[in-house]
Amino acid sequence: MANDLFNSFMSGPDESGRFGIFGGRFVSETLMPLILSLEEEYEKAKDDPTFWAEMDDLWANYVGRPSPLYYAERLTEHLGGAKIYLKRDELNHTGAHKINNVLGQIILARRMGKTRIIAETGAGQHGVATATVCAKFGLKCVVYMGAHDVQRQAPNVFRMRLLGAEVIPVTSGRGTLKDAMNDALRDWVTNVRDTFYCIGTVAGPHPYPAMVRDFQSIIGKEAKEQMHKAEGRLPDTLIAAIGGGSNAMGLFYPFLDDKDVNIIGVEAGGKGVNEKMEHCASLTGGRPGVLHGNRTYLLQDDDGQILEGYSISAGLDYPGIGPEHAWLNDIGRAQYVSITDMEALEAFQLCCSTEGIIPALEPSHALAHVMKIAPELPADHLICMNMCGRGDKDVQTVAKHLNFDMSDTEGRDAS
Amino acid sequence: MTRIDAKFAALKAQGKKAFVSYVMAGDPDFDSSLELVKGLPGAGVDVIELGLPFTDPMADGPTIQLAGQRALEAGMTLDRTLELATEFRKDDDTTPIVLMGYYNPIYSRGVDTFLSQAKAAGIDGLIVVDLPPEEDDELCIPAQNAGLNFIRLATPTTDDNRLPRVLQNTSGFVYYVSITGITGAAEAEATDVGPEVARIKSATDLPVIVGFGINTPAKSQAIASISDGAVVGSAIVSQIGAGKPVGEVLEFVKSLSDGAHAA
Repeated sequence: MANDLFNSFMSGPDESGRFGIFGGRFVSETLMPLILSLEEEYEKAKDDPTFWAEMDDLWANYVGRPSPLYYAERLTEHLGGAKIYLKRDELNHTGAHKINNVLGQIILARRMGKTRIIAETGAGQHGVATATVCAKFGLKCVVYMGAHDVQRQAPNVFRMRLLGAEVIPVTSGRGTLKDAMNDALRDWVTNVRDTFYCIGTVAGPHPYPAMVRDFQSIIGKEAKEQMHKAEGRLPDTLIAAIGGGSNAMGLFYPFLDDKDVNIIGVEAGGKGVNEKMEHCASLTGGRPGVLHGNRTYLLQDDDGQILEGYSISAGLDYPGIGPEHAWLNDIGRAQYVSITDMEALEAFQLCCSTEGIIPALEPSHALAHVMKIAPELPADHLICMNMCGRGDKDVQTVAKHLNFDMSDTEGRDAS
Repeated sequence: MTRIDAKFAALKAQGKKAFVSYVMAGDPDFDSSLELVKGLPGAGVDVIELGLPFTDPMADGPTIQLAGQRALEAGMTLDRTLELATEFRKDDDTTPIVLMGYYNPIYSRGVDTFLSQAKAAGIDGLIVVDLPPEEDDELCIPAQNAGLNFIRLATPTTDDNRLPRVLQNTSGFVYYVSITGITGAAEAEATDVGPEVARIKSATDLPVIVGFGINTPAKSQAIASISDGAVVGSAIVSQIGAGKPVGEVLEFVKSLSDGAHAA
């Protein structure tokens, strides 16, 4: 099956950038020539061994890849069912999977002679990764970040500034990731000649969803090899958290044609997926629409106006999802579920206390789903969960939700 | 022949340049927006561009973003936008209306349903910013088949290789975006725009209208003199945003149209 391109789940997108009806190139004419030239450059780079040699070198020596596949023994014991492995992408330089993709795009930008890099960021992890790689290569870096996110992710804002990036707080809309992406697109359309837009997730106009997926696929490729080494076979279930969906796509993609591998994406359920829309679960609570250059599932009202998502996790706070996920959902190759803030917080704490790993709030959502299903599965069922980011950035948010007073040096609960 | 084609034929016969104005439907509310739109032909507007409000107008600057927010907060919807056009058509059967916006509200309605509703409301053409020629099957072709013009944007990044593709399924007129940027940002310079307009005109018989960065009567005149007409949006919308009464906004529109018509 894997060798038969006609029956492969890995052959997308088509020439017009579609995965089924999803994806496409819904951008203004000003950007269209840039997107076409980006696609051309990416196609060239993809088949160029020197491009991948540079990537491999930086992945190994700058990022610290491969990231370990770690058997979470105490977590497995605690849940009393499936055997749980964590793909440790939180150990990457800058603390998340985001840098895998940023390196690829920045090397591409350099090949295209672009001197100014712009990015949008939600939790700040993509912004930090972009600022980092720009510092390394001496490129000017401008990061758009929703004003609301600037407040709730202050440590990352400072990191970006230390790294020499200009962070622009975005006040339009509700000041979250969606609005940051709008302003990044507005910047790009204004500064088309020297600027490269480094998108942080598997969304946006073609070729971004495919390109970002390809760069993030290193996660799944490594996991496959490592699981073979550890267990001599494929995992039974893959689980990853989804905002736009880049860490998930990176883990899932190399396994798409392994039809016995169960694939589960976990969306942010916020306060619960109901008619009040206080969540970011685009697949479970949205419908197809067009935003930010692609057709995908979106949170929107009856009139096609985009709704603001809500999640405790700034990195998942986006009303859309990558188009390839939308397609995988519709054809049934992957399953998508949602996890609430409260469930994610519980998983966050369990991971700290059983494994000595402080996870980011994003993968805490994935872990919460592991907690739900693992106890019901047999001991020889192998789960591979992507631990896509570390939680240093989230400790303040978590403290607030747990009513822990950080200013109290005695360490008492505020309540 | 649509109202747009008829209007440009009439202007050409009179040796006049076109003045095109943009306002957001329902900004700041339905009634004052309708009053303003009804007054536009009297203020010298040849073609009305009516903005369809959208939450995420990624090609627009702050002025038009805020106008969209005001309209949405006042309860504007696609239905109410079409209702505004219907009301306008009761007294005016010649001034063309071009609906300008983003694709999602239209996609959400369903393209076929939208096209028949727009046609019934007296809409003559569409400008949908996030539908480049690569996505013509979505709306452009169905719109042309339904008898609506689909007006394409050409930009400074549309090079000679790409221009034929941009012009291919365009009808009514070509909207040349004079700057690389968002609405209401940089100022257009007639000296930069002239050669670009000439380049496009050599490739099409359609009128070429220039917009983005035009904010004064002098600029309107300068741009119209090197093209087939000028579009002003943000400069008008910012007057509405500043709370100016409809009469004053129309006086400003008159000064802009006088500029274009003097070209």
